[in-house]
Amino acid sequence: MKTIVFISTSRKFVVSPNERLISRLAVIVISRISKVATPVSSNLTVVCLGIAADRSASYQSLSISDMMEKAWVDAPLKGGFNFDLCRRNEMLSGKGIRLPGFRKTGTTIVGLIFEDGVILGADTRATEGPIVADKNCEKIHYMAPNIYCCGAGTAADTEAVTDMVSSQLQLHRYATGRESRVITALTLLKSHLFSYQGYVSAALVLGGVDVTGPHLHTVYPHGSTDTLPFATMGSGSLAAMAVFESKFKEGLSREEGIQIVCEAICSGIFNDLGSGSNVDVCVITKGKTEYLRNHQLPNPRTYISSRGYSFAKGHTEVLSTKIIPLKPKFEVAEGDVMEE
Amino acid sequence: MALRRDWVYENNGGTCVAIAGLDYCVVAADTRLSVGYSIYTRDHSKICKLADKCVLASSGFQGDMKALQKNLAARHLIYQHQHNKQMSCPAMARLLSNTLYYKRFFPYYTFNILGGLDDEGKGCVYTYDAVGSYERVGYSCQGTGGALIMPVLDNQLKSPSPLLLPARDAVTPLLESEAVDLIKDVFASATERDIYTGDKLEIIVINAAGIRSELMDLRKD
Repeated sequence: MKTIVFISTSRKFVVSPNERLISRLAVIVISRISKVATPVSSNLTVVCLGIAADRSASYQSLSISDMMEKAWVDAPLKGGFNFDLCRRNEMLSGKGIRLPGFRKTGTTIVGLIFEDGVILGADTRATEGPIVADKNCEKIHYMAPNIYCCGAGTAADTEAVTDMVSSQLQLHRYATGRESRVITALTLLKSHLFSYQGYVSAALVLGGVDVTGPHLHTVYPHGSTDTLPFATMGSGSLAAMAVFESKFKEGLSREEGIQIVCEAICSGIFNDLGSGSNVDVCVITKGKTEYLRNHQLPNPRTYISSRGYSFAKGHTEVLSTKIIPLKPKFEVAEGDVMEE
Repeated sequence: MALRRDWVYENNGGTCVAIAGLDYCVVAADTRLSVGYSIYTRDHSKICKLADKCVLASSGFQGDMKALQKNLAARHLIYQHQHNKQMSCPAMARLLSNTLYYKRFFPYYTFNILGGLDDEGKGCVYTYDAVGSYERVGYSCQGTGGALIMPVLDNQLKSPSPLLLPARDAVTPLLESEAVDLIKDVFASATERDIYTGDKLEIIVINAAGIRSELMDLRKD
């Protein structure tokens, strides 16, 4: 277990590769964590946690991409994941070393078709194991002006895959000059997910209205898809589906639709520990999209201390102090001091 | 005794906190019982009154919690028949330790805090691990939200080192109302970030006047 401390310093105090000349306070902090704090370019230091080999690989690739950006180098990149370290990781886990996890969100996401279009809904809790990592995250992602997509699974995968497809759709709109179709987004998503054999763990509810009418689809991590009048996904999908199965009917009005979507999300929020906090809703009709961020806030804080807190100095005893200068100080004997 | 062959436990989550003052003791726990991503019930008390001046708060595996409480209650009944008085809190603390260590190789999967008043009427808190190691402290917390709450208690209620000689008093300097306020606030905070803590907070206050209990709502998501 490691703890990182970030200290915001002015630019000249930031660690640089050759001269580790930083403020005294930062010297102490950074020297404690020097193994994890690594400069990647002249004005940027990055701190990572995890296995040492992975950390240095991340720093290296960051430094390289920084250099590439500067020199406008356009090297051809190979597509796909790199599985080189799989055998090493297997060996390490065989020796009882646990690999770090990633933010896999327990989630409730839903969607339904109503009389004039599609309504999507999502909760806003992101978890890391038993801890709530984000109390108010966004799970309804933009795909096109008339198409949105709810994501469950690994947060990074849902964001990456929706961003990638939305960019492809934008380019397609530039090329054709027509509105994107939901089926196009669906095909792009499923072909990407299928080619990664389920390793891109994104479970999606895709909804939109195009020239052919309203559409709602679910996409599973392995690339299979469904076309449905109402859909739920994520760890709260059963709780939400219970509401849909009992209350959904064809030709719902806008208000009824939003009401049922909120009820389904709330069912996930209250009955599934992976879901929580607020309700986000997105209503897509022909020619109009309304993103109702935090449409409901059913979980306010229940108690606030009236006393407040004071944090007196000296709660942590200082046992000893030692300051190590990392670079000897030179004094300029003659001439002007150089301006910064 | 049969050795543990497989993992026969569940973790039903929950958090317990206790604070000892000069003439009072506050013990609190949430009432959520859950497993994995499911809530079994929102109304399960984790606090058990063992004697007039002694309560036990436990988190961990609910089955073992119940078995342990039943065991201690039975032992306390025998004690009352034999000695014609109630067990003191320090005596109960030792009994709990022995009960836990008796099952050293097939433990009760419970994380306990014992709170109450000692023979002089001072607040006392005993904190345990699952196999009976225990210590008298000024405040403690256990359970899934324990790691979130403990640093706040350390900051607000810093106690003298137990290694100092002569031994210092471990009780906290807060008033009873301030301790209750602090407990409510730390639970509201832990509920924001720990998925296994929530629904309701049960607070038991023990002082010279007797035992008083209080309920407060927590987030239900």
